[in-house]
Amino acid sequence: MTNDRTDDYAKPLPAQDGLAKQFYAWCKRGDLRFQRCSGCDAWRHVPREMCALCGSFEWTWERSSGRGAVFSWTTVARPMHPAFANDVPYAPVVVEMEEGVRLVSEVLDCSPDELQIGMPVALAFDHVTPDVTLPKFRRA
Amino acid sequence: MRDNACIVGIGESAYTRDAESPASVLSNQLRAATNAIADAGLETSRIDCLIPSQYGPSTEELAANLGIASLRFATTVHMGGAAAVTSVQTAAMAVTSGYADYALVVTGWNGYSATRTRNVLASNTSVIPGGDIARDYYMPYGLTVPAQWYALIARRHMHEFGTTAEQLGAIALAMRRHAQLNGRAVMRERAMTIEDYLASPVIAHPYRLFDCCLETDGAAAVVVTSAERAHDLAQPPVRVLGAASAHPYPADDITNRRDIFETGLTRAAPRAFAMADIDPADVDFAQIYDCFTFEVLQQIEEAGFCARGEGGAFVEGGRIELGGDLPVNTHGGLLSEAHVLGMNHVVEAVRQLRGGCGERQVPDAEVGVVTGWGDFGDGSIAVLGR
Repeated sequence: MTNDRTDDYAKPLPAQDGLAKQFYAWCKRGDLRFQRCSGCDAWRHVPREMCALCGSFEWTWERSSGRGAVFSWTTVARPMHPAFANDVPYAPVVVEMEEGVRLVSEVLDCSPDELQIGMPVALAFDHVTPDVTLPKFRRA
Repeated sequence: MRDNACIVGIGESAYTRDAESPASVLSNQLRAATNAIADAGLETSRIDCLIPSQYGPSTEELAANLGIASLRFATTVHMGGAAAVTSVQTAAMAVTSGYADYALVVTGWNGYSATRTRNVLASNTSVIPGGDIARDYYMPYGLTVPAQWYALIARRHMHEFGTTAEQLGAIALAMRRHAQLNGRAVMRERAMTIEDYLASPVIAHPYRLFDCCLETDGAAAVVVTSAERAHDLAQPPVRVLGAASAHPYPADDITNRRDIFETGLTRAAPRAFAMADIDPADVDFAQIYDCFTFEVLQQIEEAGFCARGEGGAFVEGGRIELGGDLPVNTHGGLLSEAHVLGMNHVVEAVRQLRGGCGERQVPDAEVGVVTGWGDFGDGSIAVLGR
């Protein structure tokens, strides 16, 4: 997506710090990557310093297939954050990726009342500011 | 717990929604604290353990105002809405281990006139344990407040088990009916029908307005001591038969749980019931942390009052109302009495076990349960008996 809202983008943004900075730096390059443990090959999200399954501190950022399915969502009818006041109704979704990890996101080409649990979705990046690209999805 | 701790004093401030001239959080907490100490028949100077809430005045400030010169133990539990019951558990640990004699546990906030949760989280996610995760991975998508977080779980439950809006409504109605019997309840004289419930505006689907707890000002407090000391005091002691607290895994990310329905209570409840040597079927009432209707249903399941997936049927037909199999939130709960972070649930449980609830009394109540639910699903439970 192209971005024409550079100066007036008022929604919360991830901190450009630590592992979140790395995660979103990959997104900015057009790559959705999750951590994968070098010790036991387990994928993980959200990013963490160590593997809770095997204890390894070693990992690599591995490219996701970008494919997943809607795991759950809520349709927000009354905004609780002023920056989303003009978006209602909107639907934060939880997408379960093929790799097994889940992430909160949005399905761009689907109105909230069309969402279904299990609906297949595919990655679509949203360049919300010059610095930040959020991973979002479209119907697959 | 062989040598049970006992709750020997209960106290509350008024529960209000007054934006014009609200009492301060400190003032309300001091009212609740002094009421609880007086109810116990104690001199304030005997209090040697203080467990205040994470939202509000510090130990130091409370002790200075109350005139408590010498504390032997003070701590604060950071578990959001699960903290009230965990704080009672902590107090029980302190007074049965010999580290303190009389513990004061106090909770309260000005959730109406000052601390609107939605506004706090919009500016500062560090008040929740998964704060950085919420900031970096939830907030950018407009997932900003508890109603929205928990709606994700409620939606899954409806999908997997066929739970209905009418079943969530039955929970809201039960709390509201109980509030009609409670002079302290903010929603007294505001009766509700299922039609009212279904017509209330959607906040974060499946949650409507009447699925959401109240925002109120107020404070509540209890005094805890050992069984031995309890017998010298003014009120019949209410025994802490069992208590436990736990976290879901991972506790700091609500979306990446292998089992999305497993909360802290799933792990805590069997421990508390085993400690008390009580079966869930033998419980006379339950005061369940009702931040939203679905969380009541989920906790009924995870505490073991019914199997997972059966909560929808369990709450129907007046089963959780006074006169039903398991009266829930006989004071009206956070949904219809007031939101005092769950300490009002502890106070009501004690009042029921003392037999002092008037027209909303559960006849011959001997054993009751209180739960807490906080943050991304932290859980706590106390099994109380007279």
